[in-house]
Amino acid sequence: MSILLDRDSRVIVQGITGRMARFHTKDMLNYGTNVVGGVVPGKGGETVEGVPVFDTVKQAVEATGADASLVFVPPPFAADSIMEAADAGIRYCVCITDGIPAQDMIRVKRYMYRYPKEKRMVLTGPNCAGTISPGKALLGIMPGHIYLPGHVGIIGRSGTLGYEAAAQLKERGIGVSTSVGIGGDPINGSSFKDILQRFEEDEDTHVIAMIGEIGGPQEAEAAEYIRDHITKPVVAYVAGLTAPKGRTMGHAGAIISAFGESASEKVEILSAAGVTVAENPAVIGETIARVMEAA
Amino acid sequence: MDIHEYQAKELLSNFGVDVPSGALAYSPEQAAYRARELGGDKWIVKAQVHAGGRGKAGGVKLCNTEHEIYEACDDLFGRKLVTHQTGPEGKGIYRVYVESAVPIDREIYLGFVLDRSSQRVMIVASSEGGMEIEEISAERPDSIVRSIVEPAVGLQEFQAREIAFKLGLEPKLVQHMVRTLQGCYAAFSDLDATMVEINPLVITGDDRVLALDAKMSFDDNALFRHPQIAELRDKSQEDPRESRAADRGLSYVGLDGNIGCIVNGAGLAMATMDTIKLAGGEPANFLDIGGGASPERVAKAFRLVLSDDNVQAILVNIFAGINRCDWVAEGVVQALKELELDIPVVVRLAGTNVEEGQKILAKSGLPIIRATTLMEAAERAVGAWKNDLTQGTKMRAV
Repeated sequence: MSILLDRDSRVIVQGITGRMARFHTKDMLNYGTNVVGGVVPGKGGETVEGVPVFDTVKQAVEATGADASLVFVPPPFAADSIMEAADAGIRYCVCITDGIPAQDMIRVKRYMYRYPKEKRMVLTGPNCAGTISPGKALLGIMPGHIYLPGHVGIIGRSGTLGYEAAAQLKERGIGVSTSVGIGGDPINGSSFKDILQRFEEDEDTHVIAMIGEIGGPQEAEAAEYIRDHITKPVVAYVAGLTAPKGRTMGHAGAIISAFGESASEKVEILSAAGVTVAENPAVIGETIARVMEAA
Repeated sequence: MDIHEYQAKELLSNFGVDVPSGALAYSPEQAAYRARELGGDKWIVKAQVHAGGRGKAGGVKLCNTEHEIYEACDDLFGRKLVTHQTGPEGKGIYRVYVESAVPIDREIYLGFVLDRSSQRVMIVASSEGGMEIEEISAERPDSIVRSIVEPAVGLQEFQAREIAFKLGLEPKLVQHMVRTLQGCYAAFSDLDATMVEINPLVITGDDRVLALDAKMSFDDNALFRHPQIAELRDKSQEDPRESRAADRGLSYVGLDGNIGCIVNGAGLAMATMDTIKLAGGEPANFLDIGGGASPERVAKAFRLVLSDDNVQAILVNIFAGINRCDWVAEGVVQALKELELDIPVVVRLAGTNVEEGQKILAKSGLPIIRATTLMEAAERAVGAWKNDLTQGTKMRAV
């Protein structure tokens, strides 16, 4: 078993008729993902890459039994599409779209709480590369060939930096159970903590790798969670040690930001929680390999 | 996107927040005329720049006569105001706001911000408004009043009342404060703001609650649905290179080093900068060309990076997912042909369509240094740059 996404996941692509969506639908099909349909309002009845297009997510779910969705819809309409998926009974949704207004995401998260926990859709992203369970299924835009099947669970904010980590692992013959992109937006569907919990419960995952970056409280919150609840070894890398401090107008941001938002503070907090921190991006693979040998 | 104080005040007053009477001026003459229109015998002249800390930096002046207003403006116009929020280069003063002075009884700090921890809008307030708010919050965090707004129903009256009472307001002022808080929240939520700050919010001698200063920032991703806000953009307050980049769909931050970076994805861009430093170099910039980068966009990225005269080598690091290496390679080739570079260019491609990309680079016959790993790319870029320096002549990247 792998987390969130498996060989049996029945996938639909929302916004499937767009140029990038077509390209990546084909890519996902080639990878072996069970893509069963697409949704574009007004284009029901068409076919893209051999899969049927529906007008609404509900129709797609009824006709195909879809339980996972990939949202490729442009920013002004993306929040609406995520809520449509949540309401149609989709279990897992990945939103690729970059540029969704923050308040739309606040509303999406609030909306999802109308469903009881056992019926609530899991959302990762927006502004992420997606999720892959290597050798089984790919729900996103990552190049599948850089991931080997294996036992490292990856969680990352940055898509391309996640690829970097996977490629370094492949070079060493180390495989991945599932790699989850949580996205770079301030308001996101799932946090590091949410995914850590799933990897802890997943038998296929032996080591967890966390790829963070400067800004926001989610790495520090994850550190606390790791200290108290995670028994598996965790390796982390935090990008942005050389990044300059952003200039923002006003004081409000500084007042609410706690210790733990700069890269060096994140490294300190994660190390203190027992996480092995890779000192630079070139040694992420090497560090994971070392931790796996010791485990 | 940030806006000016006078613009924020106009927006907030449309939502029921009271502000002192004031008027905008583009010249000293106009400022003196505006003061006469406003009437009274005490005015505040305030430099309009996109930054806080203006008072301490000399950008806010109290004037008693029209002549003093003229003198104050003569000093402000055209000069760069340097505050702790502008960076050392400062921000140009091209507009001033003239406001009637008001008798102040007490000063309150009020801020609305997106709180990433609760993923909601948070209100922060302090009974000690004025200039030292960050120090107060660091030294005595408990003195800051915080309240989180439930997005489904918005800011409720009881929450606003609680804030007012915690700030120690007299009962007769509470209703006025509630109106101010609800006005700010409505503006925040209706206009897709990311920050609203009133510092200070003052209680006047005659029991009014007035926003003496106002700052607002907006969510760039939501500007498409607020054309009237997008129009308020003032490019004179932005770093010219950063605004040129933003206009081209690129995210750029200029730095002090000399190795120019062209990378896809913010995280990988930061990691690339970290690796350059590790290899003994200094990055000249942060540049994220984003997903789905066309050859044209890559070529634009080259031009942008080269607009910095300190750049002595370029490192292109693309790990393609939504991007395609063949497109990026075409962009690199197109840019190098157009720009006739005389500095070394290192290109590292990985991911989607990597073989096609490598073929395009190889076939071009251009002197491109290729690398396969991140570390190798950084080492080659730093090596090529150092080589350039020791040879004393500009080496063609062969």
